[in-house]
Amino acid sequence: MNINLTIIGQAIAFFIFVVFCMKYVWPPITGALAERKKKIAEGLDAADRAERDLKLAQEKAADDMRASKEEAAAIIEQANKRATKIIEEAKEQAREEADRVKASAEAEVEQELNRAKDALRAQVGALAIAGAEKILEASIDEKAHAQLVEKLAAEL
Amino acid sequence: MASENPTSSEYISHHLSNLTFGNHPTGGWTFAGGEKAAEMGFWAINVDTMFFSILMGMIFIWLFRKVADSVTSGVPGNLQNFIESVVEFVDSNVKSIFHHKNPVIAPLALTVFVWIFLMNALKLIPVDFIPYIASEMGIPYWKIVPTTDINATMGMSISVFFLIIYYSIKVKGVSGFAAELSLQPLGKYFIPFNLFLEVVNLLAKPVSLGLRLFGNMYAGEIIFILIALLPFWAQWILSVPWAIFHILVIVLQAFIFMVLTIVYMAMAHDDH
Repeated sequence: MNINLTIIGQAIAFFIFVVFCMKYVWPPITGALAERKKKIAEGLDAADRAERDLKLAQEKAADDMRASKEEAAAIIEQANKRATKIIEEAKEQAREEADRVKASAEAEVEQELNRAKDALRAQVGALAIAGAEKILEASIDEKAHAQLVEKLAAEL
Repeated sequence: MASENPTSSEYISHHLSNLTFGNHPTGGWTFAGGEKAAEMGFWAINVDTMFFSILMGMIFIWLFRKVADSVTSGVPGNLQNFIESVVEFVDSNVKSIFHHKNPVIAPLALTVFVWIFLMNALKLIPVDFIPYIASEMGIPYWKIVPTTDINATMGMSISVFFLIIYYSIKVKGVSGFAAELSLQPLGKYFIPFNLFLEVVNLLAKPVSLGLRLFGNMYAGEIIFILIALLPFWAQWILSVPWAIFHILVIVLQAFIFMVLTIVYMAMAHDDH
């Protein structure tokens, strides 16, 4: 239990270890620790930011959805209106067409009738002439004459 | 062993002797232990203490340097994780005690803590293992725990003492340091008294620092040696609890040495 040179040897060793530790051990390790701390802080920051962004995006998406729903509803309504209008127009057109067809048909019937009347009139004339001829040709036979006239009248 | 069948006191004193190399007044340059080592005076060196303290220091440096070399700020491996937790533990202690800017203090504290811890940890090796192997190899004395050698602990505490003086003068200047030593606690009319008090105070720091570690380790070592004197079948009843208790003690003593070193450094930097 005696003090000797060891005390100095130990002090020298101590000094060397401290210097080595100071130069080559402490700075890299604490540097890495500080860097990791920074990285973690940045990561947490980024996570916060991402969360905030996500919330904003969700809100925006909801807004967009609502807006497009409203727009779609408006478009559908407009389309319905338009369809009704088109149907009304088509109906109107159809009615007009029908009227026109009916009118032209009526006109045609009228025309046909007139033509028939004319033909009839011509025939009656011819018949009257033929009857007259026959009356003139044949002997006067009152009975036959009367018969003829009656016949004529029936034919008219 | 010193003799074939040593008595208890021979056994104890043998296990507490360092292997010393020095110039013996009668035997010349030689290895010795016990009484003969004491006769060599100051100019002798405890080979076993130096060997194990430097070995432990090398292990510390090697381990930490290995991690520092491949250190990454990404996901750390197991070893890096462990080393980092040690570094952070020391760093948080330094930061809570030492509030000045000095790049030396934290590495100093780390070295003190880990080195002393490793030297103390040698104590958990059963007391007879290494000395037995050494004696088989023809080495008469071989004490393995450097911190049970007062030279080792005082060597460190005196280094701390010089650092205290160095930083006191560097921060406060020679006049500031002198004023700190002479003008308190009682003011300028009691300079001799103040000086006496402060110098005692100053000198008590390294002495208490070194002796505390030495005393704790030495006392624990003596208990281990006494337990080793028991019959072999009874030893574990005492040595196991004592060793488990010492797991606490070796960390605690390393921690105390580190914290006091930081505190003394902080005091040296504090300007009154």
